[in-house]
Amino acid sequence: MDELIRYAPGLAAGFLKNLQLAALCALFSLSLGTILVAMRVAPTPVLRGAGAVYVTVVRNTPLTLVLAFSAVGLSDTLGLTFSDTPSTNSFWLVVLGLSIYTSAFVCEALRSGINTVPLGQAEAARAIGLTFVQSLRLVILPQAFRSVVAPLGSVMIAMTKNTTVAIAAGYLAESSFVMKDTFDNTGVSIPIFLGLVAAFMTVTLPIGVCASRLAGRFAVAR
Amino acid sequence: MSSGSTVLFDAPGPVARRRNTILTLLATIATLGVAYLVYAKFDEKGQWNSELWRHFISASTWTEFIIPGLTGTLTAAGLGAVFALIFGAAFGLARLSEHGWIRQPAGAVVDIFRAIPLLLLIFFMAYLSPTLFGRGDYTLLALVGGLTLYNGSVLAEVLRAGVTAVPRGQSEAAYALGLRKAGVMWHVLLPQAVTAMMPAIVSQFVVLLKDTALGYIIGYQDLLSYGFQFLPANYFGTRVSSAIVIATIYIGLNMTLSALASWLDHRPFAPRERRTLAPREQRLAPASE
Repeated sequence: MDELIRYAPGLAAGFLKNLQLAALCALFSLSLGTILVAMRVAPTPVLRGAGAVYVTVVRNTPLTLVLAFSAVGLSDTLGLTFSDTPSTNSFWLVVLGLSIYTSAFVCEALRSGINTVPLGQAEAARAIGLTFVQSLRLVILPQAFRSVVAPLGSVMIAMTKNTTVAIAAGYLAESSFVMKDTFDNTGVSIPIFLGLVAAFMTVTLPIGVCASRLAGRFAVAR
Repeated sequence: MSSGSTVLFDAPGPVARRRNTILTLLATIATLGVAYLVYAKFDEKGQWNSELWRHFISASTWTEFIIPGLTGTLTAAGLGAVFALIFGAAFGLARLSEHGWIRQPAGAVVDIFRAIPLLLLIFFMAYLSPTLFGRGDYTLLALVGGLTLYNGSVLAEVLRAGVTAVPRGQSEAAYALGLRKAGVMWHVLLPQAVTAMMPAIVSQFVVLLKDTALGYIIGYQDLLSYGFQFLPANYFGTRVSSAIVIATIYIGLNMTLSALASWLDHRPFAPRERRTLAPREQRLAPASE
């Protein structure tokens, strides 16, 4: 218990970085995922193909590889930099990699939502003369979003937990690195581990509870 | 693309056809533009240089780096899958127990291990093992242990959901025939639950296989370490080309498993569903993680 108290400030600072990463990635991955799902159901084969290739490639690549590549490949070799400060640069590279990775899962969740919309809705939208974009925006997506609140919550929980993999992109400030660093100094400490687990659970459990509550409230009565 | 999404738009008339053509044209230009941008960037940094790719033709690259790496990855994934199934079966059944003193602790264990970030769990086990068992290489143990606890907990939930989803009449009929609790579970509920949940179970194996790459971070010698660390260390400047090759291998492996999952989901004896926009596309729980 003493170790946990002694190292608490460092661990808390690391955990705060996890939360920052999670908040930014939630924003970017939800937007990118929505664009992707619109591409995947578009009337244009090129867009559908591009969306499908993106999702297949990203979803089947390990996150560790995505993040390691965004640091070593994109940044070091191909010269993509966000900032001259190494830690800020790697922070944004993690945001980039994790958003790219998560958006594929957001897209799949939304697409499964589109699949739950009864056929009659799309037929009715066409019958009253809505174009593809109109029917997607006014009829299909609102219902799709409402039916995937719970799965999207799970995607966001997984993403929050995945912020710990940031260490693979050389971002050495968030809690998994802080924990490893502390273990290197003091040896393994069960209280520190349990403290971090508790910290993550205080974030992920409410997301889950909120998501299932909202899912119940938003559910489309059919 | 699923045939189902075509119902989102009608057989297009002249105006819509023109609009679609323009959209297709713009989309093609945009896609090609992005592709060219990537190509040009690679070209600018000399990544298409044949020097950086040539060693993938030589046999030694494969026998010394990629095959051993693949073996490491598949060993971890195989062990993890077997133990996760055992863990999942045990805890899934425990959560269905009629005795609160079995059900509640099992539920707590499953919930906690699903909530812990997997990497923290793996780190913890990697640092805990030497303390418990003395010096040695525990990277495989930590990796498989972490994968087992996390994926086993998810599988426990999948199994429980499967058993709960079997219509109540099935177990009532079984009890009426005179079977006992264990018999009802073993002969009636489990076979139906496992059949219905097979796609979800296989999708979870895809997650497990991808997560073996976390071993790279704790120094386990898997495909990612061999391909992304040892290989570029031996052939200077091949980080990007190596990453592309091993990513292709990972994608191939996972797509094979995903194809198995969707084949299982489309079997003739798979449970039926009501008619929606796309038929039975995404019934596999989206593998989030």
